[in-house]
Amino acid sequence: MSDGNQGGSKLKVVGQRPVRPDGVDKVTGRAMFGADFHLPGMLTGRIKRSPHAHARIIRIDTSAAEALAGVKAVATGADFDTGAGGEVEAGEGATAVKEVAANCLAMGKALYQGHAVAAVAATSPEIAAEALDLIEVTYEVLPHVIDVEEAIAANAPVLHDDLFTTGVTPKPAKPSNVAVKTVMGRGDVPGAFAAADVTVEGHYSTAAVHQGYIEPHACVASFGADGQSVVWCSSQGQFLVRALCAKILNMPLSDIKVIPAEIGGGFGGKTTVYLEPVALALSRKCGRPVKIVMSREEVFLASGPTSGAVMDIKLAATEAGKITAAEMTLKYQAGAFPGSPVHLGCMTAFACYDVENLALTGYDVVSNRPKVAAYRAPGAPMAAFAVESAIDDLAKKLGMDPIDIRILNGVRDGMKTVYGATVRSCAFVEMLEQLKAHPHYQTPVAAGQARGVAAGFWFNIGGESSAAVHVDEDGGVTVVSSNPDIGGSRASMAMMAAEVLGLPIEKVRCTVADTTSIGFSGSTGGSRVTFATGMAVCQAAEKVVVDLKRRAAATWECDIANVEWRDGAAVCTDPAKDVKPLSMKALASKSAKTGGPIASEVSINAQGAAAGYGAHICDLQIDRETGRTTVVRYTAAQDVGRAIHPSYVEGQLQGGAAQGVGWALNEEYVYGPKGTLDNASFLDYRMPVASDLPMIDTILVETKPNPRHPFGAKGVGEVPIVPPLAAVANAVSQIVGKRMTSLPLSPARVLAAMEEK
Amino acid sequence: MSGVDYLSPTTIAEAVKALGQAGGGARLMAGGTDLLVQMRGGRAKPQTVIDIKRIPGLMDIRAEGGGFVIGAATSGAVLGEHAALRKAWPGIVEAANLIGSTQVQGRASLGGNLCNASPAADSVPALIAAAAVCIVEGSNGRREIPVEKVQISPGKMSLAPDEILIAFRLPPRPAKSGDAYLRLIPRTEMDIAVVGAGVSLTFDASGTCMAARVSVGAVAPTALLVEGAGMALVGSKLDEGALAKMDAAVAAACKPISDKRGTAEYRTKIACVLARRAALIARERAGA
Ligand SMILES: Cc1cc2nc3c(=O)[nH]c(=O)nc-3n(C[C@H](O)[C@H](O)[C@H](O)COP(=O)(O)OP(=O)(O)OC[C@H]3O[C@@H](n4cnc5c(N)ncnc54)[C@H](O)[C@@H]3O)c2cc1C
Repeated sequence: MSDGNQGGSKLKVVGQRPVRPDGVDKVTGRAMFGADFHLPGMLTGRIKRSPHAHARIIRIDTSAAEALAGVKAVATGADFDTGAGGEVEAGEGATAVKEVAANCLAMGKALYQGHAVAAVAATSPEIAAEALDLIEVTYEVLPHVIDVEEAIAANAPVLHDDLFTTGVTPKPAKPSNVAVKTVMGRGDVPGAFAAADVTVEGHYSTAAVHQGYIEPHACVASFGADGQSVVWCSSQGQFLVRALCAKILNMPLSDIKVIPAEIGGGFGGKTTVYLEPVALALSRKCGRPVKIVMSREEVFLASGPTSGAVMDIKLAATEAGKITAAEMTLKYQAGAFPGSPVHLGCMTAFACYDVENLALTGYDVVSNRPKVAAYRAPGAPMAAFAVESAIDDLAKKLGMDPIDIRILNGVRDGMKTVYGATVRSCAFVEMLEQLKAHPHYQTPVAAGQARGVAAGFWFNIGGESSAAVHVDEDGGVTVVSSNPDIGGSRASMAMMAAEVLGLPIEKVRCTVADTTSIGFSGSTGGSRVTFATGMAVCQAAEKVVVDLKRRAAATWECDIANVEWRDGAAVCTDPAKDVKPLSMKALASKSAKTGGPIASEVSINAQGAAAGYGAHICDLQIDRETGRTTVVRYTAAQDVGRAIHPSYVEGQLQGGAAQGVGWALNEEYVYGPKGTLDNASFLDYRMPVASDLPMIDTILVETKPNPRHPFGAKGVGEVPIVPPLAAVANAVSQIVGKRMTSLPLSPARVLAAMEEK
Repeated sequence: MSGVDYLSPTTIAEAVKALGQAGGGARLMAGGTDLLVQMRGGRAKPQTVIDIKRIPGLMDIRAEGGGFVIGAATSGAVLGEHAALRKAWPGIVEAANLIGSTQVQGRASLGGNLCNASPAADSVPALIAAAAVCIVEGSNGRREIPVEKVQISPGKMSLAPDEILIAFRLPPRPAKSGDAYLRLIPRTEMDIAVVGAGVSLTFDASGTCMAARVSVGAVAPTALLVEGAGMALVGSKLDEGALAKMDAAVAAACKPISDKRGTAEYRTKIACVLARRAALIARERAGA
């Protein structure tokens, strides 16, 4: 928007809390999710999965399955054609096409239990199930490795013969499970440690955790006789699904139309594909539409959790509490293929703090687990767990208040991050001050309870986005978004358009378009939609305003400079003209006479996303006889720039905190001795339920709006999952009486620690 | 592969006959909250499902012989709304009401909970502590067996292939009696017991324990009646010495496995903690 960041007081729609436009459909069941599509003649697709953690696939005999009446197609990895391979930008980072393909249907080796090895399409679910049993796979079972430290060890079974660690010179002579070594830093770390008044150190670990979206992956694919195909699916990016399907099946992009379904949660886990290329391959073979829906067990076994991590950290500080140096090693599980977010862990670890001397080393390590996928602020929560625990130790050692020590070391505008960016529009310190003044922090900790504090950072991104604004003939407006709505973005898109157009929110509707109906957009990820797609919406609405003013000027036969757009109407400021304002409705109804339909589409590469900072306080108590933790009070503060729809921003803070508390207390992947997953269900994979948490209080800090966004928005969705791990662990450690370094802090682990003393 | 036959007999005799004829291919269904989940997950593949909810007497609660008779398929929600039962056996009702969520409560039954034969079934330790008896009927007629004799190992029961659990009989309740059930789950609901403990106590006018039954769940292949634990309390006023003896008896009886839900060591410890806490609640409820 031309006049940049608008003042909060002038705004009429932005900052309000209108009713969610997609709410009624979602609560009444009318919304169409991935599994809700049906087409005539549609077949059921099912996937055969490896029972072994690590095995060479000697042979796949599909003949008996193909001979079964009702089976229309059987597919294996041989049906994919990734050609030159290459990479596709996937929302939170690039992803290698050949690896995505080999994850959808194994090529040569099954790399984890649940790895897809073949697929069938049949006329009924029962026949499909029977056909799966008839596919004969001959395996040579290989030794497996699950644990990240064991995977690094010299004698570990190697998953990929062609994986040579990058980031080390000279290039290693032998393949290993370490895909990448990342090194980052600045200053003189050994010198700073030698000069330090105090140091703290620790060895930390976190478990692999799943995003836990309520909607399992689901899609319908229909390959036309002329080669043109349609895919209906639930994903975080219809354009990403199109790109990956095209690359994996060697098809032109324009021959694939992807229609985004409503999405029942993704949290990063739906920024890749598992089913779509398989369904398309099956449909291509038999010419009929194919639907595949994962079971919950398949979601746990074969879709991406995020990495478990092992970290070593050392801090050096002055007696006054100023951190002078930090050294940290991070080893992240990548799962079966390279690509853990360890580099993001390194970049974010100290992004909240001004630390002169830094040395960070990250290892991206493959093992026989499902390939990790993005999960809300990928890589940051684990790193923050170690960093924020160490800072807590430092504060204790120096007798400092945990918020004060963070204020003292906090980043301010103009400082440099370790990855080279300059800090700007940052309200980290103001946020900590507001948190400190909050009634929660001002209330003494209740007897028998403890309070933990921790902070967190996430970059937030911009990038490519498209949006259109269509003025309907009756003066209402349709906003066309290019991004699946996961967190309420239809509301924020409509609100920003309404604000620019001067219309009440009820006059503006927002829809999410398929790949053929709007220009390209990156995925819904990286907390980018309200920023980047929102910027495109604002620009499209601005263009519409310019066009409306032009039409009004033509009607009045006055200079366009004498036309203003106010409260949804053109107003003539030429004193020589005695005319009444022309409303949106009046202009729209006459559009044929003033140049035709009123609409505009804008495609941009949005620059200037502003980073987000959060800090949380957690009060909890522990049953000393059972080790069971109860979170009693929780407050989350965040630097949000400006909240477009404050309720949904609060919802993001609450949701992130809830997921982070689960990560801290009970969630983990439990493997048996054969490398098979023991808890592939919500019964035994213990995400928090509603009654596990108190109401999560929020503080939206709006003192530093992002000047690069028309209304000052920063991304808000990912930051809030970063602080909770340490906020919880810092409180638990106080009650236990010693530093708790391994997540999850399950009752048995906490009881054991209390009894060890 | 064909569909599943669904029968809903209206007499016990009819149900017994259908069960016998199916020769192992049939499964009884009360609320279906275990059975249907197992069928969807492919772990149970019955050819016939015999719904027992239309058989008179299987879905109600009757006062009988000074105690209660609870139809095997009676839902948790119905148990929870029965004031007299709640007053006499609060421990059984709280155990039954812990199962699942509001939605699950509308269906889940005591009979299904017992006959699913999970060592972690919540209502079973409470029923064992209460000295509840199962009324069972098959082609060989009707018989009664104590609840603790029904489960023999995970998924296995002592009932004959054509026997149906008809009802639970709860004994008359003397004055100054109380019961309680506690479980440990890492979450607050929608979880499976890592350990469960049910205790039923009767006191005399002086507050001395006259009768005690203690049962623990999820610490052995079946829920256990720990007779030594009950004996430790009888004759005491639940002083520390008696409670310590109960701990020892419970710990000695526990034969847990280590699995994703908890280690053997942890489970044994928690069994003692919960048995103690349940005993103290039962005493309070007894008014002793
Ligand atoms: C979401 C969810 C949460 C749950 N939470 C808990 C929990 O917290 N605690 C807990 O203990 N359980 C829990 N369960 C398991 C289940 O709800 C209980 O075991 C319930 O009591 C089963 O009762 P039902 O009537 O639904 O049994 P059904 O599913 O109808 O039957 C269970 C088994 O018993 C057999 N059976 C049923 N009635 C008879 C009979 N009269 N005679 C002989 N055999 C019979 C059936 O053939 C079947 O094998 C949960 C289940 C779900 C789905």
